[in-house]
Amino acid sequence: MIEVQGLSKRFGTVQVLTDINAVFAKGQVNQIIGKSGSGKSVLAKCIVGLHKPEEGKVLYEGRSFHDMEAEDMRGIRQEIGMLFQGSALFDSMSVLENVMFPLKMFSAMARSEMEDRAHVCLKRVNILDKDALYPAELSGGMQKRVGIARAIAMNPKYLFCDEPNSGLDPQTSIVIDELIKELTEEFNTTTIVITHDMNSVMETGENIIFIHKGRMWWKGGREELLHSDNKELNEFIFASALMRQVKKAMIKNG
Amino acid sequence: MSIILHIGRYFMLLRDTLSRPERVSLYWKRTVEEMDLLGVKSLGIVALLSVFMGAVITIQTSTNIDSAWIPSYVVGFTTRQSTILEFSPTIISLILAGKVGSNIAAEIGSMRVKEQIDALDIMGVNSAGYLILPKIVASVLMNPFLVMISMFLSIFGGWLAGVGTGIISTEAFIEGIQYDFDPFTVIYALIKTVVFAFIITTVSAYQGYYTSGGTREVGISSTRAVVYSDVVILIANYALTQLLLI
Ligand SMILES: Nc1ncnc2c1ncn2[C@@H]1O[C@H](COP(=O)(O)OP(=O)(O)O)[C@@H](O)[C@H]1O
Ligand SMILES: [Mg+2]
Repeated sequence: MIEVQGLSKRFGTVQVLTDINAVFAKGQVNQIIGKSGSGKSVLAKCIVGLHKPEEGKVLYEGRSFHDMEAEDMRGIRQEIGMLFQGSALFDSMSVLENVMFPLKMFSAMARSEMEDRAHVCLKRVNILDKDALYPAELSGGMQKRVGIARAIAMNPKYLFCDEPNSGLDPQTSIVIDELIKELTEEFNTTTIVITHDMNSVMETGENIIFIHKGRMWWKGGREELLHSDNKELNEFIFASALMRQVKKAMIKNG
Repeated sequence: MSIILHIGRYFMLLRDTLSRPERVSLYWKRTVEEMDLLGVKSLGIVALLSVFMGAVITIQTSTNIDSAWIPSYVVGFTTRQSTILEFSPTIISLILAGKVGSNIAAEIGSMRVKEQIDALDIMGVNSAGYLILPKIVASVLMNPFLVMISMFLSIFGGWLAGVGTGIISTEAFIEGIQYDFDPFTVIYALIKTVVFAFIITTVSAYQGYYTSGGTREVGISSTRAVVYSDVVILIANYALTQLLLI
């Protein structure tokens, strides 16, 4: 479980996040949603410690992350797997080397064990026989899947996915969303997915927080989402034509 | 950002870079790769430049001191002195700043904008150390070899041009390059080279590491890497010359 308490972040004079409070539950796909530029990625980066917030706390199982000794912080980091918006695979390494990288860096495994572990992860995301290819030779969807394989290589307790389906076609998006949901249940991870895609919200969102202009504007479950009377949330949800159709149908059926 | 902030941040990055590596064997493997990329792959341009510069120095010296009072071995002497003291360590380092510096800034900068550095940090890897330290070690080890090769080839180029154009005999040239030779000049040159290698890699890595934005900014960082490395090399060159030779 991860808790965020009163978190604020600014860059120079620009206030990006203001007083964010949230709880992200274990074994669930927690979602951070909001328009692009609203501060979702910055929030995620504050939670994982890539940015240091000016105020507030981030608690991992009740322990305050930013107050920890460097050693403990590194310990938590090794329990975090993160899928980045652009996959962030290392260009100079092959698919296999990318997935093996965290193992090489932090495990005491022999090379053959590392390869086995990497193959298990790659198989789990359905990337087969692509070991020797380089990231530039993969499609966007495959890059994301390799990114997920790398993120789960160390058996993370916490899984972060920043816009896992940005730049993907709708079908591939669904595959990725389902994969993330399955992995979360399989390994009981605390998963945080950042998205602005209503499809994935409706597909996999369990515990949702809506960020608007750097503030936490709304939180709740998927069912409550469509019936909320929060104006900004509604604007966000029904920005797409498809969702407007859904709304019309809902009104028609009472 | 003011220059003071940049300098402060540069030294902070340096501190992170030089802190203990988590996997020495991995770092060493990366260092060997960088030695090839930054060192061996620069041999061609260094060789080409050195031969031609030596040739030009020889011809210019001999045409400028065309006087019966000055013995002809002075041509070889001057070629040797200017090659060892200035041309090989300084000019070659400036050239390497252009080739290697821009490469380092572009590579690290694009890793930054593609969030690959964040990915390293998230895993708990010391990204500064992992990316920058192997480059520093590789350049500091390789550049002295490049410069020694340059010295040799520059003098060789001088001889080739001198004898080829008939302005000096082989005997006079050899006498010149042996005349009043002080081995300390070579040590002085290599000390400068090591300092310049450190400047090129760290200044360029700094530019790359703190890139923000997109591909356009990577280009800007890469240009800055070359300009700032050159400026710092020139300042350091002046300081070292005063320190070591006076
Ligand atoms: N490193 C940074 N320095 C300064 N401003 C930043 C930085 N990262 C993000 N921002 C700003 O913070 C705001 C929120 O960005 P972000 O969290 O990336 O949005 P999104 O919700 O689309 O993920 C944006 O206005 C962005 O310009
Ligand atoms: Mg984002």
